[in-house]
Amino acid sequence: MSDLFLAYESLIAFVGINGLLALSVYATLCCGQLSLANAGFMAIGAYTGALITLKAPGVPFIAVLAAATLAPAIVAVPLGLPVLRLRGVFLAIATVGFGEVVRLFFVNWDYTNGALGLVAIPQRTHLWTIALALAVALYGLGRLRGSRTGYALEAIREDETAARTMGIYTTGHKLAMLVAGAALAGLAGALEAHHTFIVSPGTFVFGRVVDMLVQAVVGGTAAFYGPALGAAFLTVLPELLREIGARLGLAPGPFRLFLNGVILLAVILYLPNGLVSLPARLRRRARGSA
Amino acid sequence: MGQQILNGVFVGSIYALFAVGYTLVFGVLDILNLAHAAVFMLSAFIALLLVDAGLSLLVALPAAVLAAGLIGIVLERVAFRPLRDRADSNISGLISSLAMATVFEAIALQIFGPDTSRFPQGTFPDRTLQIGDATASLLQLCIVGVSVVLMAALTLLLGRTRLGRHIRAVAESPRAARILGVDVDRAIAMAFFLSSALGGAAGVLFGLAFNSISPDVGRSVELKGLAVIILGGMGSVPGAVAAGFALGLIEVFTVAHLGSSFRDAVSFVVLFLVLIARPRGLFGRAAAREA
Repeated sequence: MSDLFLAYESLIAFVGINGLLALSVYATLCCGQLSLANAGFMAIGAYTGALITLKAPGVPFIAVLAAATLAPAIVAVPLGLPVLRLRGVFLAIATVGFGEVVRLFFVNWDYTNGALGLVAIPQRTHLWTIALALAVALYGLGRLRGSRTGYALEAIREDETAARTMGIYTTGHKLAMLVAGAALAGLAGALEAHHTFIVSPGTFVFGRVVDMLVQAVVGGTAAFYGPALGAAFLTVLPELLREIGARLGLAPGPFRLFLNGVILLAVILYLPNGLVSLPARLRRRARGSA
Repeated sequence: MGQQILNGVFVGSIYALFAVGYTLVFGVLDILNLAHAAVFMLSAFIALLLVDAGLSLLVALPAAVLAAGLIGIVLERVAFRPLRDRADSNISGLISSLAMATVFEAIALQIFGPDTSRFPQGTFPDRTLQIGDATASLLQLCIVGVSVVLMAALTLLLGRTRLGRHIRAVAESPRAARILGVDVDRAIAMAFFLSSALGGAAGVLFGLAFNSISPDVGRSVELKGLAVIILGGMGSVPGAVAAGFALGLIEVFTVAHLGSSFRDAVSFVVLFLVLIARPRGLFGRAAAREA
């Protein structure tokens, strides 16, 4: 058992980190806002954490993580105020632009070695750190459900204009969720940086935020634990199926990509509420046929 | 100066051609087709395969463009039509197009590998011309020419033909168009065909211009295409053309005066400023739209 655990330690770590990232996208998605800035927020968190660890090794890890969580959250406020006036696809595009600007900033910043990035970051992330972070995030998002704020977010998701008419402070709620998502992404970034020893701008490309979104959607955004489930599913499944791909003579990279695409397509077409809706759906089908 | 304008127009013509197709689908369906860049990439590879098989570029280019159009029809069938009646179709459509883009990229990676592929030498005659104080290669001029002709053809098609009227009617209101006897499904399928064909043409021209094609070649153009359609106004074909050339020129002048490291950043800064100051872009419709 412990051998198995060691062999898959890195995979388990990535399940947790990807779970946090998927939840960071879910934070804005649950009030109906598609924000794709999270690779940028993640980069800010990762660089903040890595720089502190490298330049001031004495700082305790918990303080490093706190700084990495706080930095993107602070950036999210001036970003969100103008950008959250945009809706739907326009918001998505504006936030994609932000993510790219952040990435290009780090590519051109000599202090962080430009495109090469920061290397030889000491490994300070343990599995329990990730598990704890994920648990806290899940608890926080779970508590929203059924609370006053939770209902307000749902109202904004269903109809923003109607929600505002009912006296819900829509801008504040949307901004709060953007900030929360930024904080989660930053935390995940710092955890990843101290797990993989390296931070480079190439990690925070547009494709990264797409991965987060895909995991959130595949898991299902109707429930707060859906995105974490989706992240776990899409992180583990390609590893399980790698043998099959190899036997078919397919290279692991393309095969993984292909699988992601097909799963995403199948989910969005046939299971619009994601994997979390699968049990209810199967039950309904079983009852229907009986 | 003259040289920079020329270079800007050259890069801009490819951006414009790519963005015109992007914006056409958005105008009709209000959906961002994120697989557009993947079609761009696939089409470049198809042209490369045909040229490698010994065909002339004069055959390979139209064939690849046609193939791209057909891929567009498949794309619409698989990823967009099943979602059309769903309430959140603009976000679910965005995601399903993303899924198709991923599948296309995986196919290209499997077949062609991650490395850069190139057109064989002599695919296009290597000749340079002098225009005023600027030099241009024959290839660059042909690329600008082909782009302009294709965009003019699209404008004529949308403005003057029966199909164009149908597509515009569906863009205005699918329900009203259906009541008036327009075959909405067919109009949408044709819009996808045209959009993808133009995106495919842009891909082949891009591959020829920089003589490098790889499965992720669409990535950078995809994000710049977003900047172009935002600047031009979502759904506006003339806007995308104007904004494409504008972005090409802005980029070339940025490289000349600020350095090449700012080239990519400038398009996102433009995108950002336009979205905040004037979300409908240069030519967009004035009505507030909840996309």
